[in-house]
Amino acid sequence: MVNIVLDHVGVTLGRRAVVHDVSAAFAPGTLTGIVGPNGAGKSTLARAMLALVPANGAVRIDGTDVTAMPRADLARRIAYVPQGQTLHWPLTVERLVGLGRLPHLAPMSRISDTDSAAIERAMERADVLELRDRIATELSGGERARVLFARALAVEAPALIADEPLASLDPGHQIDVMDMLRAEAAGGGLVVAVLHDLTLAARYCDRLLLIDDGRIVADGTPAEVLTADRLRIVYGIDAAVETGGEWPTITLFGRAP
Amino acid sequence: MSRLALPRWSLIAALSLLTLAAAVGSLLYGAVDLSVARLIAAASGEGDRVASVILFDLRLPRTILALAVGAMLGLAGAALQGYLRNPLAEPSVLGTSNAAALGGVAAIYFGLAELHPIMLPLLATGGALLSLALLFILSGKAESPLTLILAGIAVGTLAIAGTSLALNLSPNPFAAMEIMTWLLGSLENRSFDHVRIALPCIAIGTAMLLWNGRALDALTLGEDAAQALGTDLRRTRLRLLIGTAIGVGGAVAVSGAIGFVGLIVPHLIRPLTDRSPSAILLPSAIGGAALLTLADLGVRIIPTTNELKLGVVTAFLGVPIFLLHLMRERRIW
Repeated sequence: MVNIVLDHVGVTLGRRAVVHDVSAAFAPGTLTGIVGPNGAGKSTLARAMLALVPANGAVRIDGTDVTAMPRADLARRIAYVPQGQTLHWPLTVERLVGLGRLPHLAPMSRISDTDSAAIERAMERADVLELRDRIATELSGGERARVLFARALAVEAPALIADEPLASLDPGHQIDVMDMLRAEAAGGGLVVAVLHDLTLAARYCDRLLLIDDGRIVADGTPAEVLTADRLRIVYGIDAAVETGGEWPTITLFGRAP
Repeated sequence: MSRLALPRWSLIAALSLLTLAAAVGSLLYGAVDLSVARLIAAASGEGDRVASVILFDLRLPRTILALAVGAMLGLAGAALQGYLRNPLAEPSVLGTSNAAALGGVAAIYFGLAELHPIMLPLLATGGALLSLALLFILSGKAESPLTLILAGIAVGTLAIAGTSLALNLSPNPFAAMEIMTWLLGSLENRSFDHVRIALPCIAIGTAMLLWNGRALDALTLGEDAAQALGTDLRRTRLRLLIGTAIGVGGAVAVSGAIGFVGLIVPHLIRPLTDRSPSAILLPSAIGGAALLTLADLGVRIIPTTNELKLGVVTAFLGVPIFLLHLMRERRIW
């Protein structure tokens, strides 16, 4: 179990302030979606949570500042699925998923039985067991997304941050990925995903953080956050939000006048 | 894609056997061939004087250098390809080998090489270290491979320009010829003095590069993912650059500029492994030792009027690798 707290976090990239004074807390067993328009600072906020960009304020994991934590410790607490499906060498799926065990390996040691078992579990949860001997660079986008997800699961960290995990996937594979994120949260994981698809965010997330211009505009359940007024102001779109069902549904009409 | 991945230890054992065979061949054959019996007698201190001189003064230092320089170049190529995530990377992309060559050229140009045999390798190593300092200043704190490659090209181009200038201004054709000959790369007439200069540098370089295996594996997923897997990118880069500069600097210092070994060897090794960057490091070092020793044996036994230069042979070996890439890109093969 793990808790992540953002305490007045600000990030400046070059001369541009990308994230301003963001405070929020994330608890285990919750799937939180970070939504907002392009360039709002969603990915930068996610990267600040992993100490991948220098930030003002503090990001704390179970009370410890991430910048004071050795990288390997942080790596064992938060697994990360970065944006894009970067893969520079044609590794087999099994070898690729095995990279998730790197934070657990002592210097000059080999993969242990514990590691092999974790790799097996991760491949099973992401449903890629039958792909284990395939070359990861030769897979389809949907298969590759599942494999990279399995790589993150192999870390067996209590928290998972995924940056735009649905990008360039068809609706079926988008649902597969959201199901996997949901399952992680249901199993007690702290899950944060940067998302663009508001319908899927509303359907799957317990909580949404709506970010605009580097600031939190709204924080709450999808029904609380996704209102027609906010969508018009933040995204500049004209939309109707139905909140009568189990989750809010959004109908887009076009650009707001 | 075909997979020929061998179990790691069988690959290492096979390459080690090949290297051993190459080393024994390198001790046996040359202008005067030694029989195995004469070699063993000389090695045990009971042989004839001629065989002893050939073995200890000529062939042994040469063989040790071929093994060490080849290992360093192969390993540096494998580590840099992993770090830069580019299968065409080799030590020269960082400008190190060119800068070391310029140091050697300066020693010849200013007549320092004639003062003491140690001056040339010393200046060459100094050139490599100077290039490293320049590389750090130019690439700054940026962690992207592109910045590093651009800085490396700048440093390398500067070193090549300096070398051309020395050739251009050389006082007489003999000096120019001497520089040219050195630049072609060779292990001819090397002594244990050269071994003493090169081996410590190569040992330090090898240790620093072999340490990076896991970081290079993590970089397969890109820089953010590698850091999120616990990799310290700054330290990785520091180890890699210093290891390459010291190791390759020490190697070029005694052998002259020998290209393509760092490019060829990882390419030959990679298909025999699981293709992860860490899996090719040690095998590339052993394979590099075998390749350069065999190439050096080749220059001795191929009958030519002048002895072929080692750098010329490795350059010819490099061509098919580029052609192979080209054919793969064009999907001819």
